Amino acid sequence: MATHFVSDTTVLTGRTLRHVTRSLDTIITTAITPIAMMLLFVYVFGGAIDTGSVSYVDYMLPGILLITIASGISYTAFRLFGDMQAGIFERFQSMPIARSGVLWAHVLTSLVANLLSLVVVVGVALVMGFRSGAGVLAWLAVAGVLALFTLALTWIAVIPGLSAKSIDGASAFSYPLIFLPFISSAFVPTDTMPGPVRAFAENQPVTAIVNAIRALFTQQPVGADLWTALAWCVGILVVAYVCANLVYRRRIGA
Amino acid sequence: MTVAVQVRGLEKAYKELRVLRGVDLEVARGSIFALLGSNGAGKTTLVKILSTLLKADAGTARVNGFDVATQAADVRESISLTGQFAAVDHILSGRENLVLVARLRHLKDPRAVADGLLRRFSLTEAGGRRVATYSGGMRRRLDIAMSLIGNPPVVFLDEPTAGLDPEARLEVWQAVRELAAGGTTVLLTTQYLDEAEQLADRIAILHQGRIIVDGTLAELKQLLPPAKVEYVEKQPSLEDVFFAVVGER
Repeated sequence: MATHFVSDTTVLTGRTLRHVTRSLDTIITTAITPIAMMLLFVYVFGGAIDTGSVSYVDYMLPGILLITIASGISYTAFRLFGDMQAGIFERFQSMPIARSGVLWAHVLTSLVANLLSLVVVVGVALVMGFRSGAGVLAWLAVAGVLALFTLALTWIAVIPGLSAKSIDGASAFSYPLIFLPFISSAFVPTDTMPGPVRAFAENQPVTAIVNAIRALFTQQPVGADLWTALAWCVGILVVAYVCANLVYRRRIGA
Repeated sequence: MTVAVQVRGLEKAYKELRVLRGVDLEVARGSIFALLGSNGAGKTTLVKILSTLLKADAGTARVNGFDVATQAADVRESISLTGQFAAVDHILSGRENLVLVARLRHLKDPRAVADGLLRRFSLTEAGGRRVATYSGGMRRRLDIAMSLIGNPPVVFLDEPTAGLDPEARLEVWQAVRELAAGGTTVLLTTQYLDEAEQLADRIAILHQGRIIVDGTLAELKQLLPPAKVEYVEKQPSLEDVFFAVVGER
């Protein structure tokens, strides 16, 4: 059966990608909240926040990109839940196909859909004055970190997608993830925060990821932040992947 | 007689609730077997075990000669399942649904397969439209068409006509008859007695987790006292009226 894994996953991914291209509003709704936040922070709060020599839109874009991903992955839970409800999930399970392909199709689709949303958000940021002198390699590194972050969060999203009892439950898990960047270095420097908050902010994954991307955009040395960011992403990815597959196995009775 | 489905002492419980309490049955190859039972009798549970979606607590089941517990992959190669709710992708078109399944079954020419089935199930015109725009009967037909791709020797139909209007029901019956005529073994569950009477070579009644009766229609009729000859004025049934008024059949 493993021999069919690639071809089956390709076919199933083609199916879920059509779900995305036939409901392009999901790309827009994913991007609209981060864009609204970006407008709010840059044109309302930003003037009062001291970010040194870096312009505020340049400073906060990495955090906005992470929020975009955090809201985008809830559609993976939504689509997976929809498949389980519609019975098409059972059809696939009763067919001689590579069973893990069903999940991978949703995960790969999430990568593509989030990439589209990120492009929209970066486009708006460019209009708002975002500039980066980053070279091709730095942009590739940013894309790599964002892809890894998307993969990690998508595998988290698979868990409620498989186990939720209602459509609201399937997508509600993403709210805390969207909130996480606010208690990080994404919008304000952490050194004005009171002790415990600052300790949390400086040691949670978003700060390392944001700092790494910001350094890549502003052509500063990335240093340890990049490795911390990668370690967080890979760690979350592995744990979420294992948990999602446990839930999946219980769900399909294998 | 060769056996396509063989079930021995099958048991399944959901926590305290014992749904199947020792089910035995055999389905002959190429026959239509109807499993009758009221809601909650355990029909769907049995079909799910036979199609490897659920594991039994006790007993054995073999489909097309393969054990559902130890040779699940071989069973999946031999069967197709049409569940209680049309398991079709509503965002794709009818043709795309068929092509999808044909690709997953690794067939050579998925498009030709899809076009053939669209024609066979009178869906050619609707083939390019999204399934979300289909009527209930069209969805069911598409669902069954998807199940036939790759010509699996055994087909499970779980309440294939639930929620369909009379015309759509006749269309589904016709499709089932054609299947059996082509040599496919069909195990269908239903709560409509006339459906079993119309279609099945053999009928079993599942009640409170056990098969309480199993036989041909003639055998089942013998369970009751012999028929008396009476003169009865034949009143048209509502179904007769419906079809007379609609002008089809």
